[in-house]
Amino acid sequence: MNVSPQPNPPVPSPPTPLPLLPPVSFAKKPVPPDPSEPAVTPPPKDNPTTFVKKPKMAGKPRKREIPEGLWTKCPKCSTMLFDKELDENLKVCSQCQYHFPIGSRERIHSLVETCTFEEMDAQMTSVDALGFTGVATYTSKLEAYQRSTGLKDAVVTGICRIGEHRAALGVMDFGFLGGSMGSVVGEKLTRLIERATEKGLPLIIISTSGGARMYEGMFSLMQMAKTSAALAYHAKARLPYFSILTHPTTAGVMASYATLGDLILAEPGAMIGFAGPRVIKDTTQAELPPGFQTAEFLLERGLIDAIVPRNELKERLITYLGYVTAGRNCSSGLAKS
Amino acid sequence: MKHQLDFEKPIIELQNKLDELRKHPETHSLGVSFDEEIKQIEKKLEETRRQIFSNLTAWQRVQLARHPKRPYTLDYLARTFTEFHELHGDRLFAEDRAVVGGFARLGDHKVMVIGTQKGRDTKENILRNFGSAHPEGYRKALRLMRLADKFGLPIIALIDTAGAYPGIGAEERHIAEAIAVNLREMTLLETPIIAAVIGEGGSGGALGIGVADRVLILENAYYSVISPEGCAAILWKERSAAAKAAEALRITAKDLFELKLVDEIIPEPLGGAHTDPKQAAEILRQHLLTNLEQLRALPVAERLKLRYEKYRACGPFLEKPLTASEKAAAPRKSSKRAAAPAATMA
Repeated sequence: MNVSPQPNPPVPSPPTPLPLLPPVSFAKKPVPPDPSEPAVTPPPKDNPTTFVKKPKMAGKPRKREIPEGLWTKCPKCSTMLFDKELDENLKVCSQCQYHFPIGSRERIHSLVETCTFEEMDAQMTSVDALGFTGVATYTSKLEAYQRSTGLKDAVVTGICRIGEHRAALGVMDFGFLGGSMGSVVGEKLTRLIERATEKGLPLIIISTSGGARMYEGMFSLMQMAKTSAALAYHAKARLPYFSILTHPTTAGVMASYATLGDLILAEPGAMIGFAGPRVIKDTTQAELPPGFQTAEFLLERGLIDAIVPRNELKERLITYLGYVTAGRNCSSGLAKS
Repeated sequence: MKHQLDFEKPIIELQNKLDELRKHPETHSLGVSFDEEIKQIEKKLEETRRQIFSNLTAWQRVQLARHPKRPYTLDYLARTFTEFHELHGDRLFAEDRAVVGGFARLGDHKVMVIGTQKGRDTKENILRNFGSAHPEGYRKALRLMRLADKFGLPIIALIDTAGAYPGIGAEERHIAEAIAVNLREMTLLETPIIAAVIGEGGSGGALGIGVADRVLILENAYYSVISPEGCAAILWKERSAAAKAAEALRITAKDLFELKLVDEIIPEPLGGAHTDPKQAAEILRQHLLTNLEQLRALPVAERLKLRYEKYRACGPFLEKPLTASEKAAAPRKSSKRAAAPAATMA
């Protein structure tokens, strides 16, 4: 409990005063302006008092990735984390439990039993149905993101085994166009849901998304209705659906499948909401309450069943799946295929 | 005349001239007849109107959809329907006046009408929250729709909202969940559902009462995933690019019909619904009645299957990425537009 928060606890030493400490204070001393020089002129380089000014550091833009590929600084507690350990810890800060963003592939790897993930529709890609030309064309955006992420679109779906349960699993990836939901995301998830309904499998969708994809206009909005309709029939067949909300999940995805889970779970600290905080501020001209639109805020207000840290998620899913399939043994899907 | 849009000006000028001439013989009893001039101006007015309204841009239609004189849900309830008995409350938290609902009579049919309602003046707009519903509005809508379903009343949803309300209370009471539940539950309601976009179809806020067997849209209404201003702010970094965004998003009735995202366009009187609300209401009535009779003729299972398939078919995609040679052969922008829905089948 009473762990000292100080990084260097004082070593027990004889209670002598500290005679070695010179009476020098490192606090910034008021440096009287040199009367011979105008106040605006910076002190010369060889000035022995340069330690009091830090213009160089302050002027530098703050960059998070310091040397490439080895260490990552936690944005919450500023601890330097060794990348390899961070990866092993599922991208969770070992000091403050801050959850870094995690890609869909890593997420799947962390949840399913080895070699049990059978991906569906891996090659499905988006089409620029509207001929959308904003500042850049939609096609060029798609190509750029496909190159940078190695993904085809913002969701990966498939059938897998978690513990002893076979399940349909969909994992969104924020790295691909902000996890936005266009026709491909809608179609892949709908096929996944339909497959789950058909095979009698429980369904798990891990969401992270900025909402519907603007570039596909109304087609994107219709994906909300499409996925929700598929979920209606999945629910009608009394099959379980768990929705897991990760940072961030907002807008169109929140207003469709993400909030339709039998259980709604969330990662700690995730930003979750319908409208963006800036839009709300601009519309209402009000101060937003502290912690507004976080997982913890929404748990207090009754939307979320439980907040589950990333490294406990697999265990929890297995436990919950055990309960929801106890009544009719859903995992008989195992035998079916 | 207040509330005129820029492109309406030539019409309004001619109209004023015409009114003046018509009044003239009454005020100056000189016995001079202006019949000839009146006829000419009438002809010119008709022509100007036709010319302007046959070539409206997407942005002009957005402005018409938001026209402060445009008929709202309650105006149609008074004219298109013969009776309306309003029912209130979501039985959970509050009565949301941005959504109205209740029993109504459409021709010989007794139906349940749900609609988003804007205010005509500041006072009413405060009451109606400018037509943007809170979670309570969507939950009231679902309560009334379930009531209708229980007793076999068809549901008519009239949509006219800029969007669901982005406020603190709305978030605290989970507006996203309220909309999502409506989307799921409306899929399974056994009674026929017709949705008509009569003004603004603002994203999830519109879709939240808009899952239906038939989706109709008035000629000058729009239906969009995001407001043109919102899209402009994100993609162009300035709200003033809204006109460009409106064009790019393809949100007009004609665009949506071409993309097979709506089932039918309901024509408006020349000059927009606000120039002749009575006729607009009558046209709406005809279209609702035709569709309702068609839907009522279908067996429940068939109707639900068609409803599911209607949304199931939405959204083009490719099963596999195009190879380099296919890409080269791919049609350019203009023809790609027409070919888009076919890609669904790919």
